[in-house]
Amino acid sequence: MILKPGARLISAVCTAELMTVKAPKTDLEVTIGGVATIASASARDGSVTAVAGHDGGTLMGKRYVDEADTIELLCTKAGSGAVAVNGELLQLKEAKALPASD
Amino acid sequence: MHLSSFVEMVESGFDDRVLLGDQKSRITGTEFGFLVRLGATQVHNQYASVIYVGENHSLLPVALFAAAWAGVPFVPVNYRLEDRQLHSLIERYPNSLVLTDPLTSDRLAGFSPKVFDEWLSDLSMIDLEEVGPTEPAENDDDVAVVLFTSGTTSEPKSALLRHRHLMAYLLGSVEFGSAEESEAVLVSVPPYHVAGVANMLSNLFSGRRLVYLSSFTAQEWLTRVADEKITHAMVVPTMLSRIVEHLDGGVLTTSTLRTLSYGGAKVSERVVRQALQAFPNTGFVNAYGLTETASTIAVLGPDDHRDALSSDDPMIQRRLSSVGQVLPMIEIEIRNEHEQVVAAGESGLIYLRGEQVSGEYAGVSLLDSDGWFCTRDQGSIDADGYLYIEGRVDDTIIRGGENIAPAEIESALLAQPGIAEACVVGLPDDEWGQRIVAVVVCSEGHVVDLKTLQDSVRDVLRGSKTPEEIIVRDSLPHTETGKMLRRVVLSELVALQGGTAS
Repeated sequence: MILKPGARLISAVCTAELMTVKAPKTDLEVTIGGVATIASASARDGSVTAVAGHDGGTLMGKRYVDEADTIELLCTKAGSGAVAVNGELLQLKEAKALPASD
Repeated sequence: MHLSSFVEMVESGFDDRVLLGDQKSRITGTEFGFLVRLGATQVHNQYASVIYVGENHSLLPVALFAAAWAGVPFVPVNYRLEDRQLHSLIERYPNSLVLTDPLTSDRLAGFSPKVFDEWLSDLSMIDLEEVGPTEPAENDDDVAVVLFTSGTTSEPKSALLRHRHLMAYLLGSVEFGSAEESEAVLVSVPPYHVAGVANMLSNLFSGRRLVYLSSFTAQEWLTRVADEKITHAMVVPTMLSRIVEHLDGGVLTTSTLRTLSYGGAKVSERVVRQALQAFPNTGFVNAYGLTETASTIAVLGPDDHRDALSSDDPMIQRRLSSVGQVLPMIEIEIRNEHEQVVAAGESGLIYLRGEQVSGEYAGVSLLDSDGWFCTRDQGSIDADGYLYIEGRVDDTIIRGGENIAPAEIESALLAQPGIAEACVVGLPDDEWGQRIVAVVVCSEGHVVDLKTLQDSVRDVLRGSKTPEEIIVRDSLPHTETGKMLRRVVLSELVALQGGTAS
């Protein structure tokens, strides 16, 4: 699929949900827990489970990026599945915590 | 990214978390998203923008996000302006939905205003299936919020903040969902100020419940902090000084307040010291930013405050009057009049660059070809990266060819006992070009000898920076956020002198 900033990604195998912050304009295959994402959380029926190696989890509020830093996804709901693009597991992007200024 | 995506993030991440409301009603993320979707159906294809003229309201975010979802700008206007000015600002945005409060409504007869509470209750009558949902707008280059600058040196200008500026600020400075469910922020800054908009957006983004104070008094603020178990708050300097005054030396050791941030105008170091003593277990944050930079670009954090308070080193003590270090996603340069970058510690004009920097007014972008924005604020950065603000360059007095920053003289005046407020301006002068005149307000119960005051300023600064005349007044004019209205003081003095300001 072609991802645009603002596109939502919902896991078929766990509670994880992510929001697209940045993405290249190319056809991508996004998986959570190793399984293709779905259009709505209500389509999740619990019959599909995570693939081994894709069960590292996603954490609320964290951002996930690829090696080349072309894609960035923000986790809005935590889950047990890990997010991958074209088979490559995305990495947690470290950010420095700032004091609440407003 | 677009603010409509922000709404979907709230629905996903905070579905059953209480985010808005007052004692009577609590609104969760799911309910908030639903209200925004309903609101958008009433705006989309019908209005060119959504104007809000009124006091703070517990559901104010619904108005901003409904406008965003429908793809039109949100324009908060200062309801305290006098009728003529208020009408002229609204007229700049024809064909707008004008939302207001019951008191202001009568003053807006020609604009078909809608009282916000009534608009909200009408929303609950809508059947979303029947009217058909509005698709979320997604062009992040569209204008999200229009804010009128405070106009301390000139007439108010419409500053434009696009979705990409606001989202860049949020993504760069706040971690989504980082607040615990028990956290709550008390919003007392007005909705038409960039701090009010930033306050709303960044707290929602972190998942912190927003409690709105419709209009500020120190007593009401302290009561709400205690009643609502407020953990975070942002105030402008005038509010901070009123809170400190109200406490009158009292110490709140058990306050639930974890973070108290202040900004929006220059704050007196004396007030900060008193506030730190009054709230010994609260972290203080000083934020500096401009309307044109989509809010905060530099912060002085809690540790900086406590270190400065306890340090013997004058260089560290001094940091209490700085605005701290710039945020990681912001580039800063201090340049001299030839636009060359100056050395650490030297003064110059502050230039900023970054994704959140809009630097744009209706019709005109002030960014240069490399994306730098000249703030027209004067300042310096020390060797450790702490930024000091010295005032607006447009306020600079030029006396006999020498550039003099009023802020320096004002600080010298304020350091004298019995001086509560000071405003220094340059009046037209045949011999010197401009001469320095100071207007001061004495603290309650104090009488000041003007000759002694003049002499003590001369002891600190040079003779050329000593006010030739000092006038005592009962008060000075300020904007709602505590910025001194220098141009008003100046034009009054010029009128008294029988001339026009240069």
